[in-house]
Amino acid sequence: MSTSSVSKGCFVFKPSAKKKKRTLDVGDYFIDGCEGSGNSELRFKLCQSLWDKMKTETEVLQDELNRKILDRLLEFAGRPSSTFQHGADDWAARMRASEIPTAALVLGVNVPDHDMTFQSLSDLLRQSVTPHVASVQAKECGALKHLMQRVLERLMGTVVSVDEEEEGDEEAEHASTQLHNKRVHCSLGTLCDWYKSKTKRSNNGTPNKKRSSHVRDEQPQPPVVIIFKDLEAFNPRVLQDFILICSRYVEHLPLMFIFGIATSPSTIQHILPHSVSSLLCIELFQSLSCTQHLSTVIDKLILTPQFPFKLSGKVLQVLVGIFLYHDFSVRNFIKGLQLSLLEHFHSQPLSVLCCRKKEALANVLQLSHQDLESVRQLPSFRRYVERQEPQEQVNLLTDDTHIKGVCQKLIKGLRKYHKNFYPILRCLHTLTSSLPKYPLGKQIRELYILCLEKNVWENEEYQSAMQLLRMLARDELVASLQTCAEILKPVKAKKMRNVLDQLEDLLVSGETAANGEEITSPEKGLQKKTDLFQLQKTLLEMKESRRSKKMSPFEILRNEAVDFIDSLVRCYLAPPESQPLNEVCYYSSSAVVRRHLNATPRTSIQTALTAACSTCCATGGISNAAPDICIVHKLHLECGRLINLYDWLEGGHLEIEYVQTTCARKMPDDDNAVFIAVSELEFLGFIKSTKQKTDHVARLTWGGC
Amino acid sequence: MAALLQHPCYEEERLRRVADKLPCREVQAGTLLSVMGGPEQHSFPSIFIYGHRASGKSHVIHMLLRELELPHATVSCVECVSVALLFEQVLLSLFGCDAASLLPRSPSLSDFVRIYRQQCSHSPAVQTRYIVMEKAELLRDMDANLLPALLRLQELVQDNVTVILLSEIVWDKFRPNTGCFEPLQLHFPDYSKGELQQILAQDSHPSYSAELYSSYINILLGVFYSVCRDLRELRHLAALNFSKFCEPLEEGKVKESDTHKLWRNIEPHLKKAMQTVYLREVSSVQWEQLQQMEEKDTGAVRGLSAHAHVELPYYSKFLLIAAYLASYNPARTDKRFFVKHHGKVRKTNFLKKHEKTSNHLLGPKPFPLDRLLAIFYSVVDSRVAPTASIFSQISSLVTLQLLAQVGHDDQIDAPKYKCAVSLDFIRAISRTVNFDIVKYLYDFL
Repeated sequence: MSTSSVSKGCFVFKPSAKKKKRTLDVGDYFIDGCEGSGNSELRFKLCQSLWDKMKTETEVLQDELNRKILDRLLEFAGRPSSTFQHGADDWAARMRASEIPTAALVLGVNVPDHDMTFQSLSDLLRQSVTPHVASVQAKECGALKHLMQRVLERLMGTVVSVDEEEEGDEEAEHASTQLHNKRVHCSLGTLCDWYKSKTKRSNNGTPNKKRSSHVRDEQPQPPVVIIFKDLEAFNPRVLQDFILICSRYVEHLPLMFIFGIATSPSTIQHILPHSVSSLLCIELFQSLSCTQHLSTVIDKLILTPQFPFKLSGKVLQVLVGIFLYHDFSVRNFIKGLQLSLLEHFHSQPLSVLCCRKKEALANVLQLSHQDLESVRQLPSFRRYVERQEPQEQVNLLTDDTHIKGVCQKLIKGLRKYHKNFYPILRCLHTLTSSLPKYPLGKQIRELYILCLEKNVWENEEYQSAMQLLRMLARDELVASLQTCAEILKPVKAKKMRNVLDQLEDLLVSGETAANGEEITSPEKGLQKKTDLFQLQKTLLEMKESRRSKKMSPFEILRNEAVDFIDSLVRCYLAPPESQPLNEVCYYSSSAVVRRHLNATPRTSIQTALTAACSTCCATGGISNAAPDICIVHKLHLECGRLINLYDWLEGGHLEIEYVQTTCARKMPDDDNAVFIAVSELEFLGFIKSTKQKTDHVARLTWGGC
Repeated sequence: MAALLQHPCYEEERLRRVADKLPCREVQAGTLLSVMGGPEQHSFPSIFIYGHRASGKSHVIHMLLRELELPHATVSCVECVSVALLFEQVLLSLFGCDAASLLPRSPSLSDFVRIYRQQCSHSPAVQTRYIVMEKAELLRDMDANLLPALLRLQELVQDNVTVILLSEIVWDKFRPNTGCFEPLQLHFPDYSKGELQQILAQDSHPSYSAELYSSYINILLGVFYSVCRDLRELRHLAALNFSKFCEPLEEGKVKESDTHKLWRNIEPHLKKAMQTVYLREVSSVQWEQLQQMEEKDTGAVRGLSAHAHVELPYYSKFLLIAAYLASYNPARTDKRFFVKHHGKVRKTNFLKKHEKTSNHLLGPKPFPLDRLLAIFYSVVDSRVAPTASIFSQISSLVTLQLLAQVGHDDQIDAPKYKCAVSLDFIRAISRTVNFDIVKYLYDFL
């Protein structure tokens, strides 16, 4: 704060009410570093609303995908436990060993995604089956008593918050001021008593209702579900002991386990010996594979005209690459999508136009002169301008109102392009995905990336796919054309309606052609025994005759159909680069995404160290900014696995002396400088002290100059 | 038979009732009873009973103590995560909850002895008190003074108390190196086939004759006796498969006397049970459902180990392959396998015959992180940047227990790992990425 006073003194500043109230929220951060801050607030709003829509869409998707397995699990949990509910009168129940029902839930190696599944699972269990659900993670259960403590806390603590002292059992530091008889021990016996009182109370609480609804099963016994989120990470001893203890109480307590398994169910057998696993009644539940999950997410979020925000081929490739090569995590993929969405709205001032049609058209009218200038600088727009008449070109480059009108037109065009693009893409995929060797990729995302990169019909793979299509059997072709028709049916765009009509015509004529087709049997001539020469001759003749033979009606029709598809592709599957104003919707800086999501800390350190060094070497004099650590690092690269500190020091002296002579840099204490640099290098993980040789340090990296 | 279980202090009738409930364990029960003596007599300070799982140790003790109405406390050591729990349970069942609540927070052994003596002076023992410790082998992991003290608890508390330890392992493995009081040892041998038959045949199904059930047990033991002598497990299996055994009887195809036909019917079924439900490949509920489903879709339910396939991200697969190679190849051979122009290595020199013990027999060897990465970069076919996610994949492989981290020193600078997967597993993995791992393994040259 500054005053206009000349003299020194104390001044009272009343805090302005406005400033105090305002705390920095997400929006402010967004707006602060934004480029072209004129419309940053609007962009932030657009970004948020778009992301909210996408998020709800993914959540709905997640629920749908998990529904099947969760339903099965709920059914499993709701099933009355055989050992607990049967009376003593049932012979088989009396004879059978009491087992704890256990669900082995195989979720795949994408551990970050599991949390969401477990969250919805425990929510659903709480809603429909039992209030008693506890989930534990391996990292919080190092020892048996911790596991016990967590389980008890989560089961009892959620309902009764009164007895908090039960956790203080092993914490002797707690002053033992509580009354002794109130103390609760960390044992399953306690849980058992609690459960009994709980069920009894709930029964007594509403006796009339209960009696009327549960006439046959006199006591509803909700199971106690314990979820082990990551089975692999648990200490086997702890788990074994816990199961042994639980099995002692299974007559009194309807326990149930859910094991979350990341690898394969046989880990259960690795972790638990037979004596323990024989106490469990394990049932297997396999969840959807994460690649399928990803395809659905891409299908619903990216391959749809519903969301105006689009990823360019490169960015999508980076995101898919991270998924396939590194983590298999759908959650991380969606996070990456969110990041690129945020980056797009943050860095592209024209992203105000990346919203629904009405808003976009309205926003075009609000564009400032500066914005319009940036429109004019868009490469796609410049290409568009070049194609226009000279007079029109001048108009576009000078007249602001005119360009607004053109922009509106172009935005509409872009929307239409998207509306037509995806249905045709899907059609092409259905046609080519059944071809041998998958010339255009097995997954639709591969085809999509191809189409984004360049004109797909210029690809060699596309040509070969078309050739293969021309050889397709009738029933296959008809089936895939029918699926194409199915895809096109719900699309409302006018052009697609026309396409659909044409396609249906083709299908109908295909039917008639099939009826009229005569059956030829080329094998007829081969039946009698012949020698090799004659066989060759007849085969050649047959080939000749076939070539010259008139094509059957079906073949003509097939060619027609393939040509039709080809024309559709050429018409509608042009890459987005060809569309003017595509920069508004497409986010293309893959390097940024890669830098954020797949960081290379080691490379950055390395380049930081060597780059500073190389500048000094190249110019002959080390700039004053080049720190000692660079020199030390450079020297260490010349050494072997073990580095003699004395030699290093000498080398350092030489170098530093050189530095001092060349640029007269002040060095207070040479030895110290080198030692500090050495310890910095150790901190960065390049070297470590070793006991193998005195006065030596070991290198932790390999290679060098 | 009842002659074995005789004691002047108890009525004959009562002892006979006990003996009826302890089939095939009369000898052991008799010995125990004679050691325990009459209810008022002082008994041996500590008794150690050992024998395999389900050989009747706890059953005999509990039957004796309960039927003869002797004061006792039973503690399962696996449940006692802290000594406090153990002490509390003993005091609770011997003196009631008032005594248990006297225990301070995190009590020591002397606290326990003090309170015991205090309680004891209020209500001195009329009859011998028994403290039964199940799974006593876990006592070894608790405080070092606990086991020796329990063994001579009688002396410490000056009360007529006997500690009975039940364990599956022999006393030699218990003996602390500081020495201790030697308890009286008693061995419970395994049940013989005949004894198992006799015990299992006792609980026959109410709606079928005892002879039929006995013959069923005979068949069952014929199949399972070679792999399983656990009474609990056998009883479980008997219950699971009995309905299948009775199926032809229910349908009226076979008469009860036609044992051969019944055997023909059940035998393959039991063999299948041995491979599936006994190993817990298939849960018992699923097994019962299978029985109702008939033969046609039995292939529908597959065992746990059938799902051995693990899907991994692309680089994780290569990391795992590199780890496997680093674990099973000697480090000096890396140059030959992974350097393009490694110079001429003479084959005879390279394969030193005398050291050609299979590395696969010796198990995986630890390797440092940089060796893993060096091999990784040379096996993976494209250029890979050393990104953060490559390193995080290594640690996630460790949490998935496909790699194991070894050694405790220097975890940050130079961690060492072992590969914890089998050859079959790694072959399946490398097949998916078109990598011929056998060509790179020193053992298969």
